[in-house]
Amino acid sequence: MVKLTVDGKEVEVPQGTALIQACELAGATIPRFCYHDRLAIAGNCRMCLVEVERAPKPVASCAMPAMPGSNVFTNSERTNKAREGVMEFLLANHPLDCPICDQGGECDLQDQSMRYGSDRSRFFEVTGKRAVENKDFGPLVKTSMNRCIQCTRCVRFANEVAGVEELGTTGRGNDLEIGTYVQKTLDSELSGNIVDLCPVGALTSKPYAFTARPWELKSTETVDALDAVGSNIRVDSRGHEVMRIQPRVNDDVNEEWISDRTRYACDGLKYQRLTNPLIRVGDRFQSASWPGAIATVADGLSKSGAKGDEIQAIAGSLADTESLVALKDLLNKLGSENTALDTKRGTAPPAHGVDHRSNYLYNNTIPASEEADAVLFVGTNPRHEAAVINSRFRKGYLHNNTDFGVIGDKFDAIYDYEHIGVDAKTVGDFLSGGVKSPFADKFMKAKKPLIVVGSAVTEHDDGQSVYAAIAKHVEANKDRFLTEEWNGFSTLQRAASHTAAYDVGFVPSQQAESTKAKFVYLLNADDFDAQVIPRDAFVVYQGHHGDHGAQFADVVLPGVAYTEKGTTWINTEGRAQLGRAAISAPGASREDWKIIKALSELVGKPLPYEDVIGVRDRLWEISPALTRYDELESPSAASVGLGLAEMAKKGTPVTSTKAFVKPLENFYQTDPISRASVTMANCVKSFVKGVNSEETAVPPAETQAQKHA
Amino acid sequence: MLSIRGVRNLARSGRALRSISTSTARSSDALFVHRDTEYNNSSIPFKFNSQNEPITKEILSRYPPQYKKGAIMPLLDLAQRQNQGWTSISCMNEVAKIVEVPPMRVYEVATFYTMYNREPVGDHLVQVCTTTPCMLNGAYDIMHAIEKDLHVKPGHTTNDKKFTLLEVECLGACSNAPMMQINDHYYEDLNNKSTLDIINQLKNGKQPHIGPQSTRHTCENSSGLTNLTEKPYGPGEHCQPEFQ
Repeated sequence: MVKLTVDGKEVEVPQGTALIQACELAGATIPRFCYHDRLAIAGNCRMCLVEVERAPKPVASCAMPAMPGSNVFTNSERTNKAREGVMEFLLANHPLDCPICDQGGECDLQDQSMRYGSDRSRFFEVTGKRAVENKDFGPLVKTSMNRCIQCTRCVRFANEVAGVEELGTTGRGNDLEIGTYVQKTLDSELSGNIVDLCPVGALTSKPYAFTARPWELKSTETVDALDAVGSNIRVDSRGHEVMRIQPRVNDDVNEEWISDRTRYACDGLKYQRLTNPLIRVGDRFQSASWPGAIATVADGLSKSGAKGDEIQAIAGSLADTESLVALKDLLNKLGSENTALDTKRGTAPPAHGVDHRSNYLYNNTIPASEEADAVLFVGTNPRHEAAVINSRFRKGYLHNNTDFGVIGDKFDAIYDYEHIGVDAKTVGDFLSGGVKSPFADKFMKAKKPLIVVGSAVTEHDDGQSVYAAIAKHVEANKDRFLTEEWNGFSTLQRAASHTAAYDVGFVPSQQAESTKAKFVYLLNADDFDAQVIPRDAFVVYQGHHGDHGAQFADVVLPGVAYTEKGTTWINTEGRAQLGRAAISAPGASREDWKIIKALSELVGKPLPYEDVIGVRDRLWEISPALTRYDELESPSAASVGLGLAEMAKKGTPVTSTKAFVKPLENFYQTDPISRASVTMANCVKSFVKGVNSEETAVPPAETQAQKHA
Repeated sequence: MLSIRGVRNLARSGRALRSISTSTARSSDALFVHRDTEYNNSSIPFKFNSQNEPITKEILSRYPPQYKKGAIMPLLDLAQRQNQGWTSISCMNEVAKIVEVPPMRVYEVATFYTMYNREPVGDHLVQVCTTTPCMLNGAYDIMHAIEKDLHVKPGHTTNDKKFTLLEVECLGACSNAPMMQINDHYYEDLNNKSTLDIINQLKNGKQPHIGPQSTRHTCENSSGLTNLTEKPYGPGEHCQPEFQ
């Protein structure tokens, strides 16, 4: 520990702490642009200058380690003068376009120049301010490079966290530019974060451009539901419209990054919405009243003659925990065990079973992902399925010398990996030591090995055997895989609802699997195979978007999206988090569990809860972990062992040479919200199909003309 | 007092009481972004030739294997020499491949240093120093003389692609000011005549005398020595007799 004095106040900090952090600890605010506590230190903006006793000149507190016995002044005349001078230099080349700048109102430069800057500038350059051409980073990040103060936060983020090594600085001195030198879009699932990092308006959000000012927005702290990470987000809304989504800091989950889908799919909340109950009449839908629609459903149920397991419920990736519980309770009351998921093989009992929580959780917690020595991915593409967790793997790759191996589809990773194979059989071969490679050597000896099992395994025909092979390997190497602080067996879910569904037992029984349904209730289900639904069944669709699922419906009941309801979300680690409603529901749509409750009254099997507190009591009854918000309830070692033993029992040796099929075709369109989003469609065009955005695309005729000129 | 009309007239006449600040275009000698052209794009192949290939090996051997990227600068220099004196995007990509870094890391280096020419240059790259000591000794006269002779401005290449003229900052030969560097050689103590003489010899394919164009050998005082004039004493001269 190092003891030092900041503004007359003594503080004690660990050895190697940056002086800026020591000052923060002492309660002094230090202005900064380039310093960011999650990125490497650059020390190039000079805004954090402080006076240190006996130092010949002001020191940059971000690049200076705290020294024992030093006496620091953060508010002295000399410090203030130094800050004023730095600010004058920064503003010398910064355009005065705050009124038309999107960062206005939440701009670090604006705020800090008001607080620390001088009221006038001595700067007058006859040649004018520096002009830098804008870069094309794709449909998400808008650039206005004249405003750049070259803090290089974006460059450091791209290289360290996002793994986009194409971003850098070109030129030198006054001509320094941020960019990629050769024309390239910023192809990363985390690119939106550089907008947050930019302390000025040089990088702003393209979809959000010129739509709102920060002081017009109402912020709601909630949880993302577009993947299973459970990123903590802040939804900024104006009136009935979600204007943008930004990350919230939570070191246990998403640090302060969110993926581009989480951030930019929010415009999909405005399009393709179901706002009224609809009843199919002939070949078209007709608007109906709620009583009418629910009565039609109840009527349809009795007319279909469905009994027991013939009543099927299929839940999709955006179903919240409350409605899952309500729907399962209703079905059970109706005598059915046929609760399925809309994934491939979701209508069969899952390969990992649901009796032991550790069998389908990401046991090794998100923060611990960085600590693994060797990571084996089986049937998963973490870059697409959990982009934020993937950045943790890159951290391990950079700082912890982690090695990676992949069984399944090859993918464009942000770390080096060894591709071992594509099919289920390879898993058995690899784990039994049948594969000789540098990664295999390291994996077999690793002190902290990690196996990440993706949803492609659960959806594989031979998934059970793959799980069994993995469970056997983990059991045999207990001393390395399962220690007090390490659990090397983790399943990575890809959809927000899946962990909750397994937790509440929203899975079909063995018997239900083979029953042909006569009545199908689709709860946010859109990703199912069309054959899953029998032609003559009566189909109800409850959801918020008129996507794939609604097309099959006889009755459509409009639910609400994740930004419009306060519900429980369980992330892939099994962490329960509470989402909050940011805006009111559009049209006549209703909160999802209430719709099911209303239906239960009409079919004569009323659910025993009247309000959301009642539903949460029911959640608690099922598993207390579902309502212990923001706490991670890790399964005990004994329970993990039992779970593994059960899985190990079930399977036969893996012989299937069928390749794992990646469940997500692309990162940007995975659910009804992102499929309705214009921004996401542009991303697909730009990043997946590789079409240049309109700004830089040169029409063919013009290129011809240039050649001849 | 001026009437309102008077003020308006004043403004119109261009003698405004206050001026507004306007920006003028700042011309830079090079762009810091790459634009694909017919002569410079990444589809043009570049490989080190058989002569330079062993040299790249030697350069790489100077650095520990985990710090291969230390070789970026010497390799870029070698690539530039092989590629007619300029570093094309393909040169940079090839260097990046050899030292196993993302190409951007090489672009950063190549754009940082002015001596990597990212546009084609003539056979003779004439760099005239115009920093203070040279300027005081007539560097601009020399510059103008060359401009007139070659019909180019600084930054331009002659039509026959023989000469590229550049105005550069201090090349570190101030005691022999004014001076210029042509390719790898310094030509110092210049005046208009000697400069044009050098240019003419180069035009005719001859190699001019390298170094000071005056009577000086190197950078000794041009008006003779003012100290250290006596004979320097030899070994043991002032020592004890037994050591003499």
